[in-house]
Formats: sequence, C-alpha cells, structure tokens
Amino acid sequence: MNEMSKNENIDIQIYNFAYLDENTKRMIRRALLKALCIPGYQVPFSSREMPMPYGWGTGGIQVTSACLIPKDVLKVIDQGADDTTNAVSIRKFFQKTANVAVTEKTSDASLIQTRHRIPETKLKEKQILVYQVPIPEPLRFLEPRETETRKMHALSEYGLMYVKLYEDIAKHGHIETAYAYPVKTNGNYVTDPSPIPKFDNPKMNNSPAIQLFGAGREQRIYAIPPYTNVKSLDFEDYPFEAMKANFKCSICGSSDSYLDEIIVSDDGKRSYICSDTDYCKEQTKLNSKKEDQL
Amino acid sequence: MYVAVKGGEVAIDNAHSWMSEIRRGDTSIPNLSLDQISEQLTLGVDRVMSEGSLYDKDLAALAIKQSRGDLIEAIFLLRAYRTTLTRFSYSKPVNTANMTCLRRISATFKDIPGGQKLGPTFDYTHRLLDFKLLAENEAPISPTKKYNDNKMPHVLSFLNQEDLMQNEKDNNLDPIDITREPISYPTSRSARLQALSRGDEGFLLGLAYSTQRGYARNHAFVGELRIGIVDVELHIPELDFEINVAEIILTECETVNQFQGSKIEPPQFTRGYGLVFGQTERKALAMALIDRALRWKELGEDYSGAPAQDEEFVISHCDNIQATGFLEHIKLPHYVDFQSELELIRKIRADAKVNMKR
Repeated sequence: MNEMSKNENIDIQIYNFAYLDENTKRMIRRALLKALCIPGYQVPFSSREMPMPYGWGTGGIQVTSACLIPKDVLKVIDQGADDTTNAVSIRKFFQKTANVAVTEKTSDASLIQTRHRIPETKLKEKQILVYQVPIPEPLRFLEPRETETRKMHALSEYGLMYVKLYEDIAKHGHIETAYAYPVKTNGNYVTDPSPIPKFDNPKMNNSPAIQLFGAGREQRIYAIPPYTNVKSLDFEDYPFEAMKANFKCSICGSSDSYLDEIIVSDDGKRSYICSDTDYCKEQTKLNSKKEDQL
Repeated sequence: MYVAVKGGEVAIDNAHSWMSEIRRGDTSIPNLSLDQISEQLTLGVDRVMSEGSLYDKDLAALAIKQSRGDLIEAIFLLRAYRTTLTRFSYSKPVNTANMTCLRRISATFKDIPGGQKLGPTFDYTHRLLDFKLLAENEAPISPTKKYNDNKMPHVLSFLNQEDLMQNEKDNNLDPIDITREPISYPTSRSARLQALSRGDEGFLLGLAYSTQRGYARNHAFVGELRIGIVDVELHIPELDFEINVAEIILTECETVNQFQGSKIEPPQFTRGYGLVFGQTERKALAMALIDRALRWKELGEDYSGAPAQDEEFVISHCDNIQATGFLEHIKLPHYVDFQSELELIRKIRADAKVNMKR
C-alpha cells in the first residue's frame, strides 16, 4: 500500500460515512421529508459548516450526504460537465468519505448532484437530483427582507413578481430573466429553480425523479416530489419560451441540447459545444454506430 | 477545442501542490513552529479562535500556519473542523465577575473597587516601528507583582444599586444556539449576541463606527472593559455537581448608554454588551455598540433606518465565512448562466434593431 492510499484510509476512519454525523443527517432528512410534503416550500434547517466554502455547493453537499447510502452510484456535474473543477472536487470528497461508486453516465447514477444544469438525458424513477442553490428565495431581489418574503409566500402574494415580469416585457419586449427563471410548484409556491438556464425549466415539470434543493449559507431546503406540476411563470400572450443558442454542437452535432459558446481563435471566432459532457459523449457514440451500420 | 472544460482534476492537484510549496516559502529559512505562532502572534490566534468559535490555541495556530496568515481562511479551517466535533454538553454560564483580570478599565469612574488595571495594551504606545525587534533575541522582562486578589465586581453593578442602570431581566429561557438552529427573524438577544461574537471584526468595527457618526447615534461610555481568565464549569448529571473543565481568556465590554424615560418610567442608563474569546478588545467594544443599537425596539426607541439598527441586515451579513464564501464563489464557472444571458441580450438587440429600422 502506498503512502497516499494509507492516508485516504485514515481519513475514512476519522469521519462518519459521507462525512456528516448521524444526528446531523437525521436533522437534514427531517427537513427533506417536510420539504417533500410541502412542494416548493423553503424549510429552514441548521446548516453546518462544511470543509468547502459557502457558495461552492455546501447545501447540495449536505443534502447528498444525508441521502447517500453505500450502494448509491453518484454523479456530480457543474455547468453540465463532470470534469469541471468543482464537480471533480465534490465527487472526490464523497469517494473519500463515503467510498461510493461514481459514474459520469446520467442513466447509471442513482444520485446526481448538480450546479446550474439539469442533465439532457431524461431522468427516471428512483433517481435523485440534488441542486446546489445560492439564493433559495425567488423574491429576494424584489424584496431583500426574509421577514417580508415569508409573509408573501404565506399569502401567495406574488403580484410583485408578475409586475417585474410585465415591466421587463414593457421595456424590452422580453422577460429579462435568462437563468434562475422562477417557477410555480404544484400550483402553489413560487420557487427558485437554482441558476439553471431557462432552457432546463421544462425538465423540472412532471419529472419521475426526486428533485431536492439545498442552500447551505441561507440554511434552506426545498423539494419537488416526483410527477409534480412545475410551471414557469408567464402570461397568456407572452408564453414561457425555453431558449438556447441556435447552433449545432461542433463535437456531436446535436441541435437539441444546451450549448456553451467557446472562443476558438484570436480573431474571436466562436464555436458551440454541448454543456452536458455525458450527453455529448453518448451522442458521439450513437453517431459512430450509425456510421458503422452504413 | 475541449480544453476549456477538461483537465479539472490535474489542475486542482497541481494548484494544491504549488500552494503547499509557496506556503513553506524559502526552505533556507527555518520552518515556523506552532508554538511560535501561538506564543508570538497571540492576538491573531485570539481572533481566529473567537470568529472560528472554537477555543483551542494550538488548532488556531495550525490554521494560521496552513492559511499562510490569511486569518479569514484560518477561521474557516477552524469552523469546518468544529462541525465534526460531537456536542456532548453545554457548560454553565461563565461568571465574569470572578474573572482573574489581566486588564480592567473603566472610562466612567476614576477609581473603582478592585482598581483600574491597565494590563498589556497598545493604547498608550507610540506607533513607531521598533527596529530593535529586528535583532531582538533576549526576552524583555517586565516587573512583576503578586496578583491583587481583591474582588473586582462589575462596575455597572454600582449603577444598578442606585437603579440608574436598567437591569437585565432573566427570561428563564435557554439561550439559542445559532450553530444548531437556523436563525429566524425577529430573533432573540441571545441569538444576536452569539452571532455578533462570531461575527467579522472588520464588519462589526465599521458598523459600530457608523453609530458613533450619527447612524443610530447612541453615545456609549465604556463602563467597563475587562480581559482575563474565567473558569468553564460543566454540570455532570451522574455526579450532580459542577467540575471545572477549562480556563479560558475572555474579553468583556459593558457600555453605558442613556435613553429617554417616559411618563411612567424615569430615565435610566442602558447597556450594550460584548463578550468575545481571547484578548479581542476592538471586537468586544464594537459588539457592545452594535448590541445597543439593535435593542431599539425593546427600549422603545425610534427606528431611524440606520444599518446598525437593522437586525436582519446586521445578523445576515456579519458572518465572514458566509460572506467570503458567497463573494468568492463568483470565481467558479458560470459558463451556462452567462451563455443564457448572451442569448437573451443578442435577441433583445436584434429585435430592437428591427424596430429602429421601422
């Protein structure tokens, strides 16, 4: 056994399975159950200081820690990709502390922790999608006070939000929100979908998977149970419209997945690639199979 | 072409190893020992212990070494470690009236029972760089005297005797522990005091200063500032008595502030309170001023809209670990969100151009 793996074993012995102690996990699970019972409602929970900074996904990490069991298969993505630095770091953390199997394949994962994207591959029953949430309160930028926004939710007083959307249209002809586009969960609470591009919003609706949201710094957990109605806010004459770059992925050729724009030359030439790296790989494989068959 | 999002794992490993090398610095210079930090950078250690909410000099020294002297990073290391410790009991409230004082001053009375005691303070030093320290090897020796064992009762207790000072009433409730329960607003004074005691020294300093300059002005006299050693006692249920589990150094500050009485209440002085781990005078003073400003509702004062009076504003933003995390997270990739903004702004611009042509 080399020095490195010895050290890693010591780490595993020092910390409980998936890092958090069982009492803390129980506290989080209780918050999760409450959140699932009241879809879209922000449940306060006693968030812990984690060994990563607030803002790096401590809420999602705590939710994942509370949900993980030894036979889970974990996938972690950031910006849709498995190999962005923070996704690598979080995946390593759970490999080290929970020793669970990991995958990059969306369909193989039982639990997916994500920042800023929903995978392109349709999720299934028995999968859990854990979102990292910076500001759980969709009304926060309209009303900074928690005491006020809680009241507004309790009274379903969402006029302020609709006025904001209306003013956007009056000013620009479009709703000015491109990501973290607010939704209404189960016809009741207006909910923040975390900063996913609005292209991903329709994937939240009626999803067979469990969707859990953790905001560590803000000490809130909320959830969308499977097969729940999730509607992006809009107007009859200005219906919600999912939006993406109108190009094809320059690797796999897909035109229906969300694309990242990259600058490929000094004169500013642009190219477009799938933000979901796993989806891109799968599409590339399918393409080569098709070519083989031809 | 795919380089932009690839290679995260190798990049992280390389960054970490480079950072370790830089932390050690020039290897021809002796390695910094933890004892050197905990003995010679004591005020930094105290700040890390107080805002890290964990009284352990050795761990704080280790955190300072590991963080290359970035105290907020050191505080973060200590907080993250603290999370992993089992909370097996709460101590009895410490009795600061029985403190063995290293320093004890009052700005309100010239002479007080137990006496004024200046202690180790920068207050009257001339801030001239002391170039002797460049060569110093011998430890300077200061004159010693047997500790004056006289009782040092709280100065404000003498104002209490005349009923000039508003008495703090015991509400018989257990204090809230904000590390175990999420804060909800409006919150209690116990939760506020805990948040302030863990809060960022710089943030508290700025806010306290703002009250002195007229944003919720409430002139504060330092009734007493004391720094010293107190016993931490734990009640053991099986034995049914208290045992002393630790001796810790605390800084306590009580300010005297006036408020207007009413027809049914004669005017009384009111109190701002600061209590912080270690020798942390600036922080304890600032905490007392902010505590007082936040008590406007309870004392029937007007809300002037000043930041220091706004409980939700102060408490939600005073924690430097939360603040630095959220501030610095904007360094993380936001490719996806930015892309969606790009699409939207292009679309809006295109529409606007069409409209202009019309």
